[in-house]
Amino acid sequence: MGRLGLRLATGSVLAFLYIPLVIIFLFAFNADRGQSWPIRSYTVRWFGDALANGDVRDALLLSVEAALGATAISLLLGSLAALAVHRFRFFGRETISFALVLPLALPGIVTGMALNATINTAGIGFGLVTIIVGHATFCIVVVYNNILARLRRTSSSIEEASLDLGATTWQTFRYVTLPVLRTAILAGALLAFALSFDEVIVTTFTAGTDETLPIWILNHLRQPNQRPIVNVVAVAVIVLSAVPVYLSQRLSASDAGGLSG
Amino acid sequence: MLYRHRWLQVLLLLAPPTGWFLVVYLGSLSVLFLSAFWLLDPLTSAVVHTFSLRNFQILLGDPTYRTIVLRTVGIAAAVTLTDALLAFPIAFYMARVAGPHARSLLFMAVLLPLWSSYLVRVYAWRVMLQPHGPVESFLSAIGLPNVEIGYSDVSMWIVFSYIWLPYMILPLYAGLERIPRSLLEASQDLGGRGGITLRRVILPLALPALAAGSIFTFALTLGDYITPTLISNSQFIGNVVYDSQGVANNIPFAAAFAIVPVVIMAGYLLIARRLGAFEAL
Repeated sequence: MGRLGLRLATGSVLAFLYIPLVIIFLFAFNADRGQSWPIRSYTVRWFGDALANGDVRDALLLSVEAALGATAISLLLGSLAALAVHRFRFFGRETISFALVLPLALPGIVTGMALNATINTAGIGFGLVTIIVGHATFCIVVVYNNILARLRRTSSSIEEASLDLGATTWQTFRYVTLPVLRTAILAGALLAFALSFDEVIVTTFTAGTDETLPIWILNHLRQPNQRPIVNVVAVAVIVLSAVPVYLSQRLSASDAGGLSG
Repeated sequence: MLYRHRWLQVLLLLAPPTGWFLVVYLGSLSVLFLSAFWLLDPLTSAVVHTFSLRNFQILLGDPTYRTIVLRTVGIAAAVTLTDALLAFPIAFYMARVAGPHARSLLFMAVLLPLWSSYLVRVYAWRVMLQPHGPVESFLSAIGLPNVEIGYSDVSMWIVFSYIWLPYMILPLYAGLERIPRSLLEASQDLGGRGGITLRRVILPLALPALAAGSIFTFALTLGDYITPTLISNSQFIGNVVYDSQGVANNIPFAAAFAIVPVVIMAGYLLIARRLGAFEAL
């Protein structure tokens, strides 16, 4: 393949990836309630309508709360697991990475139904807590991978030096290990937040009647009179989940690129 | 004191994550798969807790479900193939042609849609495919006014290929980047023209990466139910599972049908491992 052909193909694939997103941005500013193409005139009034919509505001709040909760739990559990796997040899060590990635690898509908069955059986009420539990389950691996990758690239000699110089285990962790991990922890947290913020499949099984922002979109996109606001919310979800991913990538820019950051 | 008791440290570090995982996730999965062997009483709609293979007999015996499984697997395979073809040139350009600046820009451009806005990207296609929408007007502008894609198996194939494309590009990019330059030069020195080098050197070396990417494109298509409901009217494994669970409230049957993609994926993963996919992830 010639270099020009390669460049053209690359450009076309990029266009394919981004044209639908551009179209949805344009429709969010469409003055016409109908959705016919091409768009004739533009307006920003739907953004005001979306902000004034109580359901949308509640959904946004719930999404942020759920994402923060899921991020906090996955930060704690993901970093503990990463530290354990990196530091020690123990029975079953090899299976941990495999097990943690299962919730992302198995179909979301399987994870969702499994959690739904358990929540029903246990008689816990559906709501913020169950959403957080569901999201945390598949966000743990993201934090885990980020921190484990950083630990593997960090020489253990600096921790040994700290211990040799008389620091306690806790001091070594607080003043040596933690600063080394800081950007990896932040990058993992941002990815976990983004993953939780726009998750929809597992959420449909764990939210009960509550609506996160993606669930709100799912419930309203078939109603023609809601379409302008759905478009605005869709744009908000793109921006609010893309920004953390972008920041996370910048933070770990020195890392070799991989799917799990 | 803690430092001397290594097993205690391991225990303290591991207990919270594994405890959470065992209880919340693996516990839930066991509940689900166990219920696949239960039955729904047709009269009372109550779940009967007796062991039975009835759900699996229905799945294997009823041609409707066979068609749905075949359609799902067929579309997943078509999507995987399409994504491999679309991903190759851009991954190759990123890995072997682009300068460092363009490469990091492209990397970000592919990474952003991978991590964000799955639902919105499906919704965007729903808007594009609607009657009198952008796709229709594009098709009539290039002289194909009577081609109808909207809400069919074809639209499902296009949208799935679109949604999962980044999952193919990134592993393939990493795989192509790892190929030593000297091998390509050796092939050229020995008289291998572009096509031969591509077929005899690059493709075999990129195969593990292609297999790694295909795990995502295949698995994610196999288990999806949002895209089929929003983009087409066809039945997909995911929809049937979702409707059995939510609409018909037949959790045992939904659980049994949900095992189908898991089993197919297990088989697929075994083949992918043979091709070296796990080293290329």
